[in-house]
Amino acid sequence: MGTMDADALGAWVREYARAVTEHRDELTELDSAIGDADHGTNMHRGMTAAVAALDASPPTDGAALLKTVAMTMISKVGGTSGPLYGTLFLRMSGALDDGSPAAFAAAFRAGVEGVVARGKAELQDKTMVDALLPAADALTEAVGAGQELDVALRAAADAAAKGRDSVTPLVARKGRASYLGERSADHVDPGAESAVLLVEAAAATLGRS
Amino acid sequence: MAAVGIVVVSHSRPLADAAVELARQMLPNSTLAIEVAAGTDDGGLGTDAVAVSTAITAADTGDGVVVLMDLGSAVMSAETALELLDDDVRARVVLSAAPLVEGLVGAAVVAAGGADRDRVAAEALRGLAPKQAHLG
Repeated sequence: MGTMDADALGAWVREYARAVTEHRDELTELDSAIGDADHGTNMHRGMTAAVAALDASPPTDGAALLKTVAMTMISKVGGTSGPLYGTLFLRMSGALDDGSPAAFAAAFRAGVEGVVARGKAELQDKTMVDALLPAADALTEAVGAGQELDVALRAAADAAAKGRDSVTPLVARKGRASYLGERSADHVDPGAESAVLLVEAAAATLGRS
Repeated sequence: MAAVGIVVVSHSRPLADAAVELARQMLPNSTLAIEVAAGTDDGGLGTDAVAVSTAITAADTGDGVVVLMDLGSAVMSAETALELLDDDVRARVVLSAAPLVEGLVGAAVVAAGGADRDRVAAEALRGLAPKQAHLG
């Protein structure tokens, strides 16, 4: 199993950009039901710009690559997911250490904790945190138990999807969706959905490097 | 006399520019620094934390900066912008929970009069008071 260098992390970021583009209309549709109908457009704009930034000036190490993605998301997304995903990648960049699977798991957790701190969301507020925190827990547990990274990331992606689904019946307590009150119940949260795509992209790329 | 800078963060460039125009109407002949970070760079609705940090740096003369925001990502982009600033600049910045238009007008008037940063921030926060008093 290789380390999380610029090549490996670049493949993750590119796969996420591809997935966001593929699901752009779906994310926007979810957001039009309970938000301001821009999540797919915003994430597509941000990730397309991130890939363009990597192409324009290829980073030589994993931490630099994650920082480039972070700054691009912060600047280009436009909506709340910009500061949130930007903070995730920025904190991961600072915590990547030697890029071993254990370091990657710790960095992902640091990134998710950054999202929690930035958004001040808790579990069951019906946000991306409901997908990301269970994913970080599953990844940490699996890597800590000595699982190979591909198995650990599969467990993380499954935990993310389960977390997303668990809050679908709930009323949103954060973000634009919270303006809708009861009307936000029984809708998939768009931020939780894009977070699942992020972890799925990791399972599809980093687990195989 | 202090020269506190003001930054307006909004999803919409026209909204921010109009709010600044409304505030400047109260400040004839003032050179008060009011910087705007609003909209996406393709002219759409959105906020950009890098642009916010640039605006804060431009508005800062050393006496501090008060940042007014609209909603949602404007707040989180302003918080993220603080992470991008040098420590000494960050220490001089206040993110105001005031309503954007009323807070901006109140803050701009006292800032133009030379009030210090905490006074400007306090005036922004009481921006709704005249309207509340009038409507009872």
